[in-house]
Amino acid sequence: MDSQITATTTAELPIPVNAARLVARPVLAALGHVGRLGMMVVELFRALPEWRAWVPRAVEQCQQVGYGSLFIVVMTAAFSGAVASLQAGYQFTGSIPLYLLGAVIAESVILELGPVMTGLLLAGRIGARYAAELGTMRVTEQVDALESLGRNPASHLLLPRVIAGMVMVPALVIAADATGIVAGWLVAKSSIHITNADFVYGTQHFFRTFDGWYSVIKAEAFGIVVTLIPCYVGYEAKEGAEGVGRATTTAVVSACVLILLLDMLLAKLLL
Amino acid sequence: MIELRNVHKKFGRHVVLDGVNFSVATGETVALLGPSGSGKSVLLKHIIGLMRPDQGDVLVEGQSVAALPRKALAALRTKIGYAFQTGALFDSMTVFENIRLGISDDEQYRDRSFCAARVSECLQMVNLSDDVGRLMPAELSGGMRKRVGIARAIAGSPKYLLYDEPTSGLDPVNADAMDALIEELQKRLHATSIVVSHDVRGSFRIADRIALLHNGRIRAVGTAAEFMAAKDSVVREFLERDIEFAAHTEH
Repeated sequence: MDSQITATTTAELPIPVNAARLVARPVLAALGHVGRLGMMVVELFRALPEWRAWVPRAVEQCQQVGYGSLFIVVMTAAFSGAVASLQAGYQFTGSIPLYLLGAVIAESVILELGPVMTGLLLAGRIGARYAAELGTMRVTEQVDALESLGRNPASHLLLPRVIAGMVMVPALVIAADATGIVAGWLVAKSSIHITNADFVYGTQHFFRTFDGWYSVIKAEAFGIVVTLIPCYVGYEAKEGAEGVGRATTTAVVSACVLILLLDMLLAKLLL
Repeated sequence: MIELRNVHKKFGRHVVLDGVNFSVATGETVALLGPSGSGKSVLLKHIIGLMRPDQGDVLVEGQSVAALPRKALAALRTKIGYAFQTGALFDSMTVFENIRLGISDDEQYRDRSFCAARVSECLQMVNLSDDVGRLMPAELSGGMRKRVGIARAIAGSPKYLLYDEPTSGLDPVNADAMDALIEELQKRLHATSIVVSHDVRGSFRIADRIALLHNGRIRAVGTAAEFMAAKDSVVREFLERDIEFAAHTEH
């Protein structure tokens, strides 16, 4: 008899079963996200031949990501370089030859400050924007509308954004590196009174070509993270305005955490 | 022809479609009635492949929509125009660009002069002027958004038209104008159409047949006359409530 069947509540289950569920649920949810993100990446590759759809949109996105972010990226890099210079001066003046400060400032900007500060900045600026845009499109049925017209959302919405990140973030990081070094140099000249010759000698003496490549490789990885993750999170948004808000926060936090993890992983693997 | 065979769909534990059997003949217009939340829009999304049934099959032109590979599904979708309840216009594009995106043939889509002529024609068909093409969706009223959504749906000259609640949220005068527009489009385009609605009077006006979706199943199907003569208690209750309300508001 159906009426005699009583539901077993979670509270009545033995403690090990409850504990297993507590662990299993987030693990399964995380695996679900990894699987869906993987499927999205596959869709992006499959959309590559549809270049007539994604190229013009990617150019638009490049302008928004690159030109739109240039001012804040350059400003942040300038202040980072200046502060790195002041702190290096404070720590090392009198204890090591001054020309080494050139190396310390340039290497910290190229290897760490330029790519990571730019990545974190763009995770907020571009990541939040992409997650909110795509999330709103999802909850207002614009994504469904695009599909209903026989258009591929991967080539029209996702690929242009990811390509823009892959092209423009390395360019922005190069600009940030150059600005950070110049700002550090100018501040070092005025506060530590290092000569131009000492700064240039120190910078050149310790610089390896690979350092520049390392900065660009990190930028490329961060460019993918700050576009792909927000695109995925926004694309999967549900439940109206609250869902879009949640997606935006999740996108920025996830992108920032992944940038920091990748930063460490790449340092371990490549240096 | 559109055919739904024993279609089941549930979200979590909530059963929305519970064995829907339903067909629409070529060139026919069917109004799908039902209370809010009865699964009418979900059913439409199955027809265009935006949702897949948990069980059962949806056939359009004899092809199983859920089983179609990606490219074949995209090709099928170009034959179907879907007018969304809220318009679902792309808010970063002008009205012109929105309607242009509805042109399904790639060569025609790239031909600027063809697009300008086709967008203008579609705007005229939904009784809007060419000037509206320059506006952004945020600048349109609710009724205009619905019209632009219909213009986008018909821009690719589809063989099938799916209207999702075209009169919801409109005042009675604009709802009547929308019904007249759908009637006029049916005469001009001869598309096989499904109009999802909970407006009984409007449905009687525009549809060849009417179907009532209740508790996840098609409760009744028939012409307007057959519906009015139906003895089924659920059909009577649905009809009387709407007709009484309409009579009350007319007085």
